[in-house]
Amino acid sequence: MLTATEKKEIDHEISLVPFKKASVIEALKIVQQHRGWISDESVEAIAAYLEISPAEVDSVATFYNLIFRRPVGRHVILICDSISCYVMGYRPLRKALEEKLQLQMGETSADDRFTLLPNVCLGCCDRAPALMIDKDLYTDVEPAMLDDIFKKYT
Amino acid sequence: MERPLTSNIHPNRPALTLKEYEMTGGYAALRKVCSGMSPAAVQKLVADSNLKGRGGAGFNTGIKWSFVPMGDDAPHPKYLICNADEMEPGTFKDRLLLEGNPHQLLEGMILAAYAIQAEVSYVFLRWAYHKAAEVIRKSIQEAYDAGYLGKDILGSGFHLDMHLHTGVGRYMCGEETALLNALEGKRATPRAKPPFPQISGLFGKPTIVNNVETLCCISHIVNNGADWFKGLSYSEDSGTKLYGVSGKVKRPGTWELPMGITMRELIEEHAGGMKDGVELRGVLPGGASTDFLTTQHLDIKLDYKSVAAAGSRLGTGTMIVMDSSTCPVGFVHNLQHFFAQESCGFCTPCREGLPWVEKILWSLEKGEGKPEDLELLQMHTQLLGPGNTFCALAPGAMEPLQSALKYFHDDFEKHIQHKKCPYD
Repeated sequence: MLTATEKKEIDHEISLVPFKKASVIEALKIVQQHRGWISDESVEAIAAYLEISPAEVDSVATFYNLIFRRPVGRHVILICDSISCYVMGYRPLRKALEEKLQLQMGETSADDRFTLLPNVCLGCCDRAPALMIDKDLYTDVEPAMLDDIFKKYT
Repeated sequence: MERPLTSNIHPNRPALTLKEYEMTGGYAALRKVCSGMSPAAVQKLVADSNLKGRGGAGFNTGIKWSFVPMGDDAPHPKYLICNADEMEPGTFKDRLLLEGNPHQLLEGMILAAYAIQAEVSYVFLRWAYHKAAEVIRKSIQEAYDAGYLGKDILGSGFHLDMHLHTGVGRYMCGEETALLNALEGKRATPRAKPPFPQISGLFGKPTIVNNVETLCCISHIVNNGADWFKGLSYSEDSGTKLYGVSGKVKRPGTWELPMGITMRELIEEHAGGMKDGVELRGVLPGGASTDFLTTQHLDIKLDYKSVAAAGSRLGTGTMIVMDSSTCPVGFVHNLQHFFAQESCGFCTPCREGLPWVEKILWSLEKGEGKPEDLELLQMHTQLLGPGNTFCALAPGAMEPLQSALKYFHDDFEKHIQHKKCPYD
């Protein structure tokens, strides 16, 4: 079931497009914003609300990199693995992240604090290597800076 | 040297507000157009300026607009979309324009929408640009409050609504027809052309998709004229260009410079040359999906025609430098990993071919390569090349691979002979 708040926000998106179905990406973003990820139940609730099949919703949900179909931690770490970061030190940074957090890419820590994910170019190639935690961008990141960075996220 | 797009942008200061933008002459072009320039006249002016699309394709913007049906019989609503997806790896130029001077983009969008008589416009922004999202959202509201958006703009009888759409991450969204599918709430797979979006685009209506940098040029062309815009350039392609350099150079960054400066000037003067201890080996001149150029090409002009004549593409104009400490095989493997992952999976050669290419390159990197692997890679550059796939993603992916096989062949051979990566 969608909450009243979710419905209200989705209704606004529906008002901007010619037919309900066109707001499915926005609906997924809204539900993920409130719940952190998109469960099977969320897929079904969105499908019912937009009057399309759950398979249609899931085909969109699984296509986009930033719609999470599995639970994530309280904070999501996205490390850029694209070419400029690769040249400027992505590999040692990734190794340091995996060792410090004791996580492999795609995993969430047991205390649900962090999820670690690889990500395509973050668009700050002149300040590589880069990573993003939630909405915070970190550039020119060196492994030695990680402990300080992590302190902000509990 | 004039820098119309960036002279009012100071990277460490907040974005220009509407008031500040107006104080620098902002929205004068819109006033000029609304006080009696016809849409056809705006189209012609921009076509005459020879502004070419800055997203990578390099097509004349005014001519692109001229394919949109006009007049009373034209389908409505028409759409004007700003492509601010900027997901080409190594590309970071539009971020500067979005975060620094959002109203310059908005004014360009309103002018472009006027030229094609569009009623609805979207900024399609990549998800990672959170700061840009905030300033664009605020700026759209400011423009509504000032009467630059909404009903009867500046008394001209022209109406325009504008919305911000933030993506959820997929490289394909930068391809204009895939972007339209994403805006319609679908998987971002490309559409067959024709029909072109100008005829049947978003929700089946006439649609123009222009890049951020392209749209930011429009108000300046309207204010100063086509000849002025041509005069900004060192070459036959008009205007200034936002060039960028990343990789192991002393001062990576973005600069607005006359179209047609040389690669040598860009890398050695603006980017400060290579870092100590490394040498330049290759350059992807316009993003991840462009062919390598090497030291023999340093003196070519960075315009569409000259870069094409050298065997590559100007693309986005943001270059990635490969230095002597970086393994070319590992470099190209990283690119192919990206393209294989971002393939939308819609057409078979791309979906199946790119992961195969990626695996071959990975086996070379691990020292498990065989001599016939190089022939296989070569073969793929043909099989996934132009004409064999539904859109330009796989052919774009093959560009750096085919040129790496040509310019860095010895490095590929060494991986096979020594059964390891010589750079490890």
